[in-house]
Amino acid sequence: MANFRVCPDSGFYFHKSAESLIKVNAVAGVVALLLAGVLALGVVLTRWQQVHLLPPQDFYMVLTAHGINALIFWIIFFEMAILHFASSTLLRSRLATPAWAWFGFALMVIGAVMNNVAVFQGRSSVMMTSYVPMQAEPHFYLGLILFAVGALVQVLVFFGTLVVAYQEKTYEGSVPLVTFGAITAAIIAVFTIASGAIILVPTFLWAIGYISHIDAETYRIIWWGLGHSSQQINVAAHVSVWYLIAGVLFGARPMSEKVSRTAFLLYILFLQLASAHHILVDPGVGTEWKIFNTSYAMYLAVLASMVHGLTVPGSIEVAQRQKGFTRGYFEWLRKAPWGNPVFSGMFIALVVFGFIGGITGVVMGTEQINLIIHNTIYVPAHFHATVAVGTTLTFMALTYLLIPVLFRRKIILPTLARWQPYLFGGGMTILILFMLGAGTLGVSRRHWDMDFTGAAMTFEYPGMAYTLMAIAAIGGLAAIVGGAAYLLITVGSLLFGQKLEPSAGFLQSFLGKALAPGVYNVDRPELLARAPRLTVEEHGSAGFEAPGTFALAILLLVSFVVYYFINWKYLASVWPMG
Amino acid sequence: MTSYMPPADRIWWKVPVGRVELVWIALALVWCVIMFLMMPYWHIYGKQNLSTEAYQTTPAAYGAKVQAMVEQYKVRDEANLPVVAPPAGSDIYMLGRLWQWWPILELEKDKSYRLHLSSMDWQHGFSLQPTNINLQVVPGYEMVIEITPDKAGEYGVICNEYCGIGHHTMVGKIYVKE
Repeated sequence: MANFRVCPDSGFYFHKSAESLIKVNAVAGVVALLLAGVLALGVVLTRWQQVHLLPPQDFYMVLTAHGINALIFWIIFFEMAILHFASSTLLRSRLATPAWAWFGFALMVIGAVMNNVAVFQGRSSVMMTSYVPMQAEPHFYLGLILFAVGALVQVLVFFGTLVVAYQEKTYEGSVPLVTFGAITAAIIAVFTIASGAIILVPTFLWAIGYISHIDAETYRIIWWGLGHSSQQINVAAHVSVWYLIAGVLFGARPMSEKVSRTAFLLYILFLQLASAHHILVDPGVGTEWKIFNTSYAMYLAVLASMVHGLTVPGSIEVAQRQKGFTRGYFEWLRKAPWGNPVFSGMFIALVVFGFIGGITGVVMGTEQINLIIHNTIYVPAHFHATVAVGTTLTFMALTYLLIPVLFRRKIILPTLARWQPYLFGGGMTILILFMLGAGTLGVSRRHWDMDFTGAAMTFEYPGMAYTLMAIAAIGGLAAIVGGAAYLLITVGSLLFGQKLEPSAGFLQSFLGKALAPGVYNVDRPELLARAPRLTVEEHGSAGFEAPGTFALAILLLVSFVVYYFINWKYLASVWPMG
Repeated sequence: MTSYMPPADRIWWKVPVGRVELVWIALALVWCVIMFLMMPYWHIYGKQNLSTEAYQTTPAAYGAKVQAMVEQYKVRDEANLPVVAPPAGSDIYMLGRLWQWWPILELEKDKSYRLHLSSMDWQHGFSLQPTNINLQVVPGYEMVIEITPDKAGEYGVICNEYCGIGHHTMVGKIYVKE
């Protein structure tokens, strides 16, 4: 039974069931992103104090829906697509139990719709965190639970596919690095979903009246096992995609399999501890617990990200130098395909994730420094650097790679596509930098009115805070336009892009025989062989092979050190307390 | 050849690691250790640390303590809120509820106080501005922090944990006198 097709351009083998599931998960994710982007407009135009568009009840509803759709639904749907791609496609294996995967996908869709309905009914504006004892409607929690269970089912199908590939010997040696990274993401996902179940199931029972009380602090500690760890799935997933894009575009090979894989392993071991970042100024939590957890044992997960931050561009540099771009420190980078949104998107994501997202994350996750940052707008600035640029822009870049390969359509509006990563990444960067500034002036996150209209007492922010928020909003609008451009290009290409094969299109894998006779003509893909050796000389003996990347890494380290100690200095200026 | 193919070497974990990576890992590890040690260092030598003193409580029990302080040390009213000036070194209380911080505190500069915080209903965020000190206020928990205001002036206490529709009207005050 021939169920595979081979993409003539990329050489990827697609199993029909896997292909369909990658498509539907990716499309569901993009729908959630569309919703999140439209809602972002409401958030931005309200927090821009001079515009102040929405009334408070609408603002909090819109903000709740924006957070959940962007941080949970868009990203996790897309990650399911990546998991199926990294297992079935990269390992050239059939997908294990497609029916179960469809069941999981269906649960996720039902859950996402149910949760959105609850929010838009207006009585569940509790923010993504839904801190008790503030209560949402029961179907708010039930939607999240169904979504999580569905995701868990798809993750299990991913593990099943790995077993199938191993037993049917579809590949030689060890799994590729990208698949290894995806395994990391999947393992973290299991932990995350378990934490979510432990806290959301009782909360749901509380909302329908079966449980009388949920301790607010216990909720916070366990919920963040879901809330922060789910962002660690993103880190593992988008770093894997960076390696994938480096491999596809440049033929880059990992500088060292051992180093990159060990770094992923450190994520599994230590990233989870980061849920402590949210508990640093809470009552009743011990100092040792905070120091150990907030630092991921001893910043070992930060170490892992710093390693990937070197090895991803480093592998590109090595590949570029082998192609002859050897002049100076940076010819390899200058001559990179900056007009290709797959590359520019991925590289902007990497730089913003590392330089802004990473550094601010460590700074505000430092036990004492959190005192001057907790719940200010600095916090969303940080996670827009990590998630909205780091993860989302990486996934956008991957989309440009997948549309021709997976959907067999040419990308429409190529000029717009060329500029889209700059528009989105640049707009987001402005938003982020100015929100960071506003946060250090004490501007609150999740807050409708900087003027405190109607309050019995008054407080006035410095005029600079208003200016920073206004500039941030303009950056936010640019990012929204960039996001809209992405959606236009993506949806337009799926519908109207030039077909690379007569049968190409969304439905190809669903109606294989009818639409595409002869396309699914491979019974069993040929064995996925080991990567060929480049030369007899191995990387380890090639000298100082990526000097440009090393220079960039030193720049990162210097920025990191300076910014870190600036914040200690700032902390030292506030009221003594203990 | 690439990251999406199985490693070229069967025993890939024995391939030696390049110098660029080794140097970077060493530098990064040193930095990680420094950052890790900064936190205990600040507990010993720094002046801004969060105490771990906290008690489980109930809104009724906590509210009674706040009320007792207000009755004992109230000096005046302001916008229908009592202003309380407890003696230096004493236990001072503030509660968060929908949607106010209660009462207003009047403190002396460079004197220490044991500030108690708790919530009567939902979670709130004690955000002292413009000095920018931010603490989570959780119902059922009474947190005690020793504070030493070191600059005189009028400080706003805004709520920075979302607490519903009137969240933005939740503004309190702390006065620090010379």
